[in-house]
Amino acid sequence: MNLLRSQTSKSILVLGALSGAFILFTGAVGMIAAFHEREVVDRFISLGQLLLLIAPFVTGYYAAGKLRALGEDAPVLLGGGMAIGLMTAIPSVILLLFNSDEFRFLLDLTLRLIPFVAASIVAWRMYRAGNETQAVIGIWLLVAVLVGIVSFSFALIFEIKGDLRSVLVNINRDWVEVVTFDNRKDLARGIGTFALISVAAGFAGSILFLMPAVPRRALIYGLGVTVLIGAFGETARLILQENVDRDTLREIFRRDTLRQNAALALFIISTVAGCLWAMFGRQARESFSNINVSQRRSLNIIGLAVFVVFMLALPWLIGRTLSDVAVTIGIFVLMGLGLNIAIGLAGLLDLGYLTNYAVGAYILAVLTSIGPLGLFKGTFSFWMVIPLALLAAMFAGFLFAVPVLRMRGDYLAIATLGFGEIIGKLAISDWLKPIIGGAQGVQAIPKPIFLGAELKNPEQLYYIVLVASLVCLFVSIRLNNSRTGRQWMAIREDEDVATAMGIDTARAKLLAFTLSAATGGVAGAIFAAKVGTVFPNSFTVFVSINVLSLIIVGGIASNPGIVVGAIVLIGMPELLREFSDFRFLLYGALLILMMIKRPQGLIPSKIVTHEVRTGVKPKLVGAE
Amino acid sequence: MFKWKTDEFSWVDFTIDVLRVLIVLGVVIGAWNTLSSGRISLAQWVNLFAAGLSQGSIYALIALGYTLVYGILLMINFAHGEVFMAGAFTTVFFAEALNRTGFLNEQPLLSILLMIIFAGLVSMTVAILLERVAYRPLRGSPRLVPLITAIGASFFLQYTFRGLYGSGFKAYPQVKMLQGVISVGGINIPIVQIFVFCSALVLMLGLYWLVERTRIGKAMRAVSENKEVARLMGIDIDWVIMFTFGVGGFLAGSAGVINGMFRPQGVNFFMGFIPGIKAFTAAVLGGIGNIPGAMLGGLFLGVIEAIGPNLVLAGLGIPGANQLKDVIAFTMLVLVLIFRPQGILGERLAEKKA
Repeated sequence: MNLLRSQTSKSILVLGALSGAFILFTGAVGMIAAFHEREVVDRFISLGQLLLLIAPFVTGYYAAGKLRALGEDAPVLLGGGMAIGLMTAIPSVILLLFNSDEFRFLLDLTLRLIPFVAASIVAWRMYRAGNETQAVIGIWLLVAVLVGIVSFSFALIFEIKGDLRSVLVNINRDWVEVVTFDNRKDLARGIGTFALISVAAGFAGSILFLMPAVPRRALIYGLGVTVLIGAFGETARLILQENVDRDTLREIFRRDTLRQNAALALFIISTVAGCLWAMFGRQARESFSNINVSQRRSLNIIGLAVFVVFMLALPWLIGRTLSDVAVTIGIFVLMGLGLNIAIGLAGLLDLGYLTNYAVGAYILAVLTSIGPLGLFKGTFSFWMVIPLALLAAMFAGFLFAVPVLRMRGDYLAIATLGFGEIIGKLAISDWLKPIIGGAQGVQAIPKPIFLGAELKNPEQLYYIVLVASLVCLFVSIRLNNSRTGRQWMAIREDEDVATAMGIDTARAKLLAFTLSAATGGVAGAIFAAKVGTVFPNSFTVFVSINVLSLIIVGGIASNPGIVVGAIVLIGMPELLREFSDFRFLLYGALLILMMIKRPQGLIPSKIVTHEVRTGVKPKLVGAE
Repeated sequence: MFKWKTDEFSWVDFTIDVLRVLIVLGVVIGAWNTLSSGRISLAQWVNLFAAGLSQGSIYALIALGYTLVYGILLMINFAHGEVFMAGAFTTVFFAEALNRTGFLNEQPLLSILLMIIFAGLVSMTVAILLERVAYRPLRGSPRLVPLITAIGASFFLQYTFRGLYGSGFKAYPQVKMLQGVISVGGINIPIVQIFVFCSALVLMLGLYWLVERTRIGKAMRAVSENKEVARLMGIDIDWVIMFTFGVGGFLAGSAGVINGMFRPQGVNFFMGFIPGIKAFTAAVLGGIGNIPGAMLGGLFLGVIEAIGPNLVLAGLGIPGANQLKDVIAFTMLVLVLIFRPQGILGERLAEKKA
């Protein structure tokens, strides 16, 4: 009993249960089976199986750190890692049993026992807390009846439906296949394999922790690089395809998957590189920071030049498919930078950002379309309409901002969300159908023409997005350090104090909304030109949520953060198609996680970091 | 730079006043056109009104969850619509099972009661987990932080349930007892609407009793009054907050079942989002944090949503007015937030916050 209550076993139990719940959850929502479709290393391991391994591995590593902090020594750490591996497997194994034909009765039995067990636990705790016997019995009955209704209902559902799959659609054959490591037919063997591999992964995690620093970091680096390139094999192949001849490519990839030899070579190379970096990295950094100012300045210029050349050459380096993704990312960078003016700088949580996006897209569509809904049938070119789209979006932003100027914080967020929904419904309605085409939208939007050449490929559109993003980035950086920017930040921190300091808050807020709307309009217009058609379905609340997520994840008020956020959150689901079904699941989880663990974002802005370091609590958005 | 504000005259106020006049004009002209054209008979108006009341009572049940949580934590539980969805979506399977055994039509009232308890408890579990995992670590942080978390939780829950039960639409089975109409003085009212209204009323009365007459209700009121003092009085704040989330969740889940009876089609993972925002509108309409207000606000919103498109929009000559039902509701939301953030009944909480 004492052993169970000790801090050590408690943390092992908690972490093991969490990791088990994670595996069970990802399985039940279908992530594991979907990821199984993508092989990381050819005929060796799939992304789904990797997911099964990563949870016990990472938890084992983390737990070892925690146990070490509790003062435990190596054998306990290793044992803990194995225990966590085992616990990770248990929930999924139970579900496997419930799902199998032979052990279905266990599910029934469990569901019928749960009410009594739950009631008894609650009653026992109440009894221990010193309640009267009558009250304890009453509670027992109450809990038993309530939980009984739920669990007996579930029993009825499963009995009538026949199996788990008819309710939980993703507890299907594919899932069983992955979890049992291809032993679907022989359940005992499958469960054994799964448990064993899971224990091994947990063990490996704790071993990794016990290694000396240099090999540990080298291994983490090597594994990380290999897994990343393996998972994004398709992307890697597309990039290499542009630069490497066909035979070499075939040596490395089988279709979109890394071959085993190539993966091994990659692992060795990256581990060696990681090893070198772990040994000499600090020296390198120190010698870099010791160089004098003029040298550093020239280095900076060289770096900038390389970066510019790289950005300009990007479409040739990565090919058409990836350029398309780059354009999408660029559009979201634009919107992220725009919305950041409202959310990050001025602290106005605007959830109706899709309004500006939609206005920009529809303005471009209606003015330039050569289809039946086009107003001018091609008289206006893309370049003439872009400023109009910008102005129209600004005007829309202004219009929607005036009524909400008096609102603060959460009311503002909900009101702007309401605006967004109104726009979405109007776009699809019959009322505006003669102008913007209702559900069919506006079609036949011509591509932009530049110096007589039609920019019809993503490689060419890329430059438009690049220029727009750079302009926006420049404006955004300048605004950050401007008088207006400081006014916004003052409003973000405390609106009443800002008013008292003589800031015209109404004006500053209007400016924030209007400027933030402008880039949304441009992004919408570019989007419309890229796709060639504008549907109302492209303008749902998900656009706003996408942009919000990338700002929060990248770092509020941090320009580099937003770019990184867009690359990760927009690029990843585009590149990893298995992922796109779970995109909003991930966004939701990330928003919660970031708010709890790292509200300043992945790449926080300097001011926010400063606030964190100096112990002033970062207010971030909407201080009250 | 030009000035926006002077002592006597504020552009913001002026714009808002213009907006106010425009809206009143629009409503009056639209209503006048519709009524004078006589396109819709009295019986049809009554039918619309009754349908609005039943829809509104569902909003009211969800709105109570917003109001309860807001009253205690001063936060908008944006994911509450998804709590509603969780109960409604899970109970579809139970309803199907009951239907398959024939129990649903043999003992309709008992099975609906069982379904309500089942859905309520499922939603309650979701709501309590949500509070425990996502909101409790953030208590005391700036107010937008929990709101962003709640938005995240909302999408997380949606896509979790999409993963669990699939993305297709599921239908509640028809209950024979609730089919058919009752005629009162030449006006036919569907039984299901009366059922929806009555069961929502019973649940609301139950809540009222819980809050006003029981010990835990007293504790809830105390916590919403002042957390620190309540703590000093020996009230377990965490437990009360959890209980509040639980009660709100239970009401939302039962609303899910009632909604399933009212509109058998269309249960899927996204079903909670729009009703969630509308229920929030209802809560604000009645004065957020105010329990009778949420009930009234819900009914009011339901009726406006049913009558508004036909009365005002059709009168203004807008085609397909019924498509714009949601627009009416969201416009109401924005208008209330602009003109009367303290709600119809008014609420002391709103003054601190609006």
